[in-house]
Amino acid sequence: MSVETVRRSRFRFLFDNDRLLGFLMLAPAVIFILALVGLPLLLSIAFSLSDVTVGDTSLDYVGLENFRRVTRTPQFQRAVIDTFIFTTAALMIILVLANILAVMFTQDFHGKWLARFLVILPWATPISLGTLGWLWLLDSKFSPIDYLLVQIGLLGPDTLLGPGLHLNYLGREYLAMGSVILVHVWRLTPLSAVMLLAGLTSIDQELIDQAQVDGASGLRIHLQIKLPLITPIMAIASLFAFILIFTDLVVVFVLTRGGPIYYTQVLSMWSYNKGLEGGALAEGAAIALFFAPVLLVAAVLILRTVRRIEVT
Amino acid sequence: MARDRINRVALYTTVVGFCFFFAAPFLWMILTTFKTDRDLYRAQNNPFLFNDPPTLDNLEFLFFNTNYVGFIRNSLLVGTLVVIITLLLAIPAGYSLARLAGSWGERASIGMFLIYLVPPILLFIPLFRIVVALGLNNSLWALVVTYPTITIPFSTWLLAGFFGSIPRDLEEAAMVDGYSRLSAFTRVVLPLSVSGIIAVIVFTFTLTLHEFIYALTFVTASAQRTISVGVPVELIRGDVFFWQSLMAAAVIVAIPVGIVYSLFLSRLVAGLTMGAVKG
Repeated sequence: MSVETVRRSRFRFLFDNDRLLGFLMLAPAVIFILALVGLPLLLSIAFSLSDVTVGDTSLDYVGLENFRRVTRTPQFQRAVIDTFIFTTAALMIILVLANILAVMFTQDFHGKWLARFLVILPWATPISLGTLGWLWLLDSKFSPIDYLLVQIGLLGPDTLLGPGLHLNYLGREYLAMGSVILVHVWRLTPLSAVMLLAGLTSIDQELIDQAQVDGASGLRIHLQIKLPLITPIMAIASLFAFILIFTDLVVVFVLTRGGPIYYTQVLSMWSYNKGLEGGALAEGAAIALFFAPVLLVAAVLILRTVRRIEVT
Repeated sequence: MARDRINRVALYTTVVGFCFFFAAPFLWMILTTFKTDRDLYRAQNNPFLFNDPPTLDNLEFLFFNTNYVGFIRNSLLVGTLVVIITLLLAIPAGYSLARLAGSWGERASIGMFLIYLVPPILLFIPLFRIVVALGLNNSLWALVVTYPTITIPFSTWLLAGFFGSIPRDLEEAAMVDGYSRLSAFTRVVLPLSVSGIIAVIVFTFTLTLHEFIYALTFVTASAQRTISVGVPVELIRGDVFFWQSLMAAAVIVAIPVGIVYSLFLSRLVAGLTMGAVKG
């Protein structure tokens, strides 16, 4: 009895001190993150300034040599250009499609649950497996898209798209780039659409009713009332999609491995090829660090947008 | 009236068009799964039809002649362990940020958010070295240890918002009744947060299922692979593609995860928009 009371009161002292308890509850998560995010982040900077490889793991300081070496290669320019082209092109298409999709889901129609399920599938499926489906759809010999094009007379001898029976989507520079963009659009439009939909459904219905009473058309209500109200959400959705495309390795890894030649080799793929396949850990880390400044800008933009939402 | 009709037609055309675009790869996967080699690899065949009768051989091959079942088992194991670790660390941390941390609580949660934005591609090379130093390379434990770095920041952020939305009066009443702060939290706040915790479980589990870069880098033994890497890397041998089994492997994972996502959609979205939209 007395032991019980003593233990209880000792616990009470601990658990009623909010600051101490708050610290104790937060500490495990913070320590874990410092050890496995903070430390690797510092290490990656250290790596990029050293000559570490898979074979020789000692860190000898070489200054900016790695950055100098990677920026001098033709692959670097191409990787930077590709990364930005893929990201901006996919993002613009995603925003247009996601807007249409979100508005579509605010309407009533039959089979809405099924449509919702089908639209979410690309986002729910592990990216590598979804991309595998596209790899087979875009196959150089057995693509059903080629078959359809031949049937409707767009592909084949004496047709618009040329004499071959196959377009070889992943083997030609521009088609391969387009394919990568297509897969990004396919897998991320659902995510952006559901975020926009959440924004649209949270709009006060009275505002819309009032505008309708005043005689505004559906399109005008959308452009002049709804769109401005969901701009912050759209900004967050875009920034998320931006980060996901910008840093993605999977789509290129599964679809083209950076090929043909190195025409779809984005920064992430190149960092992987150099750092792990090639064993040059230092150069791989240096390439990956090119993401950091852009991500920092994106993070600041997201924070500012969120704060603006909280203020209004 | 006529205008109404045009609107309906336009709406349904849009619906069907989008559904087709998003579902096409999956329909193609299902069709391919049941085809024979002879049917699949003859260029003259109409690829949209079964020119040979459908077969279950490819599924049999996938389940009995490949490591697929092992990949699924590995993924389930990693997913379950990461969910447990995430809940154990993120629930207290989230509560701490929502209620107990004073002025530095806000700064800490912004920090959590920034960490959530650090992508695996930035960390995988140094983490690889750390994993090797810990002797965890080539084992599932490498993933069990590293995945929470992605899931804990997001989950803490999500749960802090969730706990914050529960009225303080409830805990204070319980504490007046003689509960300690901690038991007020476990007996009053936690039962009210079930849906937030479920969202964390769904998010964490599917993230471990999706993750590719760490799984590709830290685990190279075929038997230890998880589903996202095992299927595209191990089931393709050199240049030989077993397309039917590959497609089956993909669609078998996609459908159940898709169902789970549709069920928990609103909570996942609330988490992603960071409470900016209150559903």
